[in-house]
Amino acid sequence: MQNIFKDFVRNFGIPRLIILGFFLLLCVMAVFLGLDFAELMSSSLVRIGMNGILVLAILPSIVCGTGPNFGLSLGILCGLLGGLIAMELTLNGFTNFFAAIAFSIPLSVLVGYGYGLLLNKVKGSEMMFAIFVGWSVVSVMKIGWLVLPFNSPEMAWPIGRGVRVTIALLNREVSQLLNNLWAFNVGGVIIPTGLLLFFVICCFILWLFMRSKTGMAMYAAGDNPRFARAAGINVDRQRIIGTIVSTFIGAVGILVYAQSFGFYQLYDGPMMMPFIAIAAILIGGASIRKASITNVIVGTFLFFGILVVAMPVANAFAADIASMAEITRQIIQNGIILYALMQAGKGDAA
Amino acid sequence: MAEYLLEMDNICKSYYGTKVLTDVKLALKPGEIHAIIGENGAGKSTLMNILFGMPVIHSTGGCEGEIFIDGQPVEIKSPLQAMDLGIGMVHQEFMLLPNYTVTENIKLNRETRKENLVSRLFGKNLETLDYKSMNADARKALDSLDIGIEEYTRVAGLPVGYMQFTEIAREIDKSNTRMMVFDEPTAVLTESEASNLLDAMRKIAERGIAILFITHRLDEVMEVADYITVLRDGRLVGTMRKEDATIYGLAELMVGRKVEKLFNRKSRVNFEDVAVRIKNLTVNMPGERVRGLTLDVYRGEIFGIGGLAGQGKIGVANGVMGLYPSQGSVVINNDDLTLNDPRESMKRGMAFLSEDRRGVGLLLDSSVELNIVITTMQNKGLFMKKLGPLTQIDGSKVREHSQKLIKDLDIRCTGPTQPVKRLSGGNQQKVCIARALTLKPDILFVSEPTRGIDIGAKQRVLETLLRLNEEMGMTIIITSSELAELRSICDRIAIVSGGKVAGILQPDASDVDFGLLMAGQIDRKGA
Repeated sequence: MQNIFKDFVRNFGIPRLIILGFFLLLCVMAVFLGLDFAELMSSSLVRIGMNGILVLAILPSIVCGTGPNFGLSLGILCGLLGGLIAMELTLNGFTNFFAAIAFSIPLSVLVGYGYGLLLNKVKGSEMMFAIFVGWSVVSVMKIGWLVLPFNSPEMAWPIGRGVRVTIALLNREVSQLLNNLWAFNVGGVIIPTGLLLFFVICCFILWLFMRSKTGMAMYAAGDNPRFARAAGINVDRQRIIGTIVSTFIGAVGILVYAQSFGFYQLYDGPMMMPFIAIAAILIGGASIRKASITNVIVGTFLFFGILVVAMPVANAFAADIASMAEITRQIIQNGIILYALMQAGKGDAA
Repeated sequence: MAEYLLEMDNICKSYYGTKVLTDVKLALKPGEIHAIIGENGAGKSTLMNILFGMPVIHSTGGCEGEIFIDGQPVEIKSPLQAMDLGIGMVHQEFMLLPNYTVTENIKLNRETRKENLVSRLFGKNLETLDYKSMNADARKALDSLDIGIEEYTRVAGLPVGYMQFTEIAREIDKSNTRMMVFDEPTAVLTESEASNLLDAMRKIAERGIAILFITHRLDEVMEVADYITVLRDGRLVGTMRKEDATIYGLAELMVGRKVEKLFNRKSRVNFEDVAVRIKNLTVNMPGERVRGLTLDVYRGEIFGIGGLAGQGKIGVANGVMGLYPSQGSVVINNDDLTLNDPRESMKRGMAFLSEDRRGVGLLLDSSVELNIVITTMQNKGLFMKKLGPLTQIDGSKVREHSQKLIKDLDIRCTGPTQPVKRLSGGNQQKVCIARALTLKPDILFVSEPTRGIDIGAKQRVLETLLRLNEEMGMTIIITSSELAELRSICDRIAIVSGGKVAGILQPDASDVDFGLLMAGQIDRKGA
């Protein structure tokens, strides 16, 4: 009995147990404080669905050996560009959503390829490099948003040039599109079927990809580059493929996020998003060298579950500290990234 | 004053239960050059580490035996203490600061200093360096070695030979140095630099400084040494005056061990049919460079490549398999091989068991079955099935194949899904063999197949290789540091020295022949 427990602890990991315990504690407190539990569950499910694909986007970059993709902002920008193009063409509903994804494909392939080439030049310090690539490109795109030829009145500033900081999706019937698809109510908890289903399908497709010949080559290249080279695998090429896949999933991720949120957030919007996604996959048990689909799902569930439940609980306790929930999020998010970086060196010793 | 400057008595040392030194004795008089020779792993470096009080000795439980300096028992606990006792060391890797001048390197931390106003107020650490007298001292040390380097040049960019001399000059300049250790000093030098160095050693000895000279080059030993100590497998196998030694005698002592013919093998080599023809191969593998090696291996042969570490034997297989940048010509089954392309090498029917099993040979965290099939999967597209536009790994085929190999090779594991990092070294090696076999090669390169494997498992790995050769007619090229192992299963053995084939011998050739070839003594072709 004790051994089973020990094995479980070892496999699940102590940090995850602490986080899970914290999550359960928050849930108990939420009930105790008389908060609307069904409401909390509903919004947890929405948060999980809308962020899950962004978390999934981190997976290929870890697997192919370039480490957690701190430069995911690049993929997010590709997705936003695709979305704006679809808006400009005044497409509606699902046509808009899927057209946006389609437009972002060539963009993310191009961007991912170039970014992958750069990452191959900085082997060993990809993470640091990626953080600054992400930040620089987000800043460059602030100029981009001003000068790109988008003219639709829905997006443009009423005066002057460029597109607005937030762009509403309601008029294009994209807002809540997946959330409302086949949604149903179980005892007050609204299940956003379409949203969750889309997340699951994305996970499944990536799972299939990881089991393909290319996927296996990518895994070997990331796990042990010297082995991969001896096995006739072009390691640099696999790293580029991983970067492209990560960038593209990031693009899809932001479109799913935006339809649930109801707005495209440009300019500073994508700046810190990669950190949230990375924190989530790390909470799910990934390290900076190893990750699986399970890590993505567990991590998304725990991280966003905590965020949703923590907010009202924190507010109930410390109503005078307005940003208590935000502070909690920062602590968890950056704490788990720090923890993962500290573990980074230990992986090889086993 | 005692007769001997240094005596080491009954030195024993073990690392994690493995004895690496047993009852080694050494005695050194002032002004004497004492050579210590032996193969790699004979215990030379360990002995010097003990003498120099290196931390590696103490962190692994210290050693037994006694050390006397001037007849007084001492316990050397740290390199600092060794220096205080007057022991100087010329390192194999240069311990020099490249951006400092020769003088600054020689005088580092022992600078001559002058008082100045600031130092009078704030203490000795702020005194001015007296470059004039430091340069003069450095010049004197360099002159005593007959070396014309300017003392004010920077070390960066100097030829390696000069760096070595700078190190020696530093040791000479220390006024208390009474004994110097030269650890394979000529390994990185050109011939003329090496002969300068030997001259310098003689001059140093004339000044009454004793020298311990560690090497495996027998001609140098015969040239400068007064006394010679031979180590083999951590034991003292002979101490003699130079006058009583011959190169042949030394070579035999160095290598000699009883060779057991472990296996009775019917050779099926077809000496008409060349399987691998290597011509003028150069491989840029750091530490194991191959410099224009030429070799023919016949079909069905078990061919051994031996030699001392760093001479390039490991580079041969790595070069042919495309893992390190190579030049030259390799002909496989009468067709030219495109070099520097591992895929091409595998396509041409070759497979490789790397000497670096855990680094190159395995995906440690992955399952046994994945390790067995992944190379073949990537190179031949086997073990895959189609699923629409995607290929998918064919789980049942992989399972079936790996279970068969696990049984055939007797890989001890809990099942095909166990991660390979949990297996023992011998079983990991078998997983590597299984992966190579899955490629269905007709030429198999094997590097250090028994390194880090216990004795029983060693035997089984060698038996497996032998079986592959006999049953499937596979041509096998084994690279190994263990000469005894090569002699027990090979048809012919090439000894590589200085990146070239020094000679090819039959496994039953005499110890003297092997020893001479390994020590780079003669250039001759046997059999």
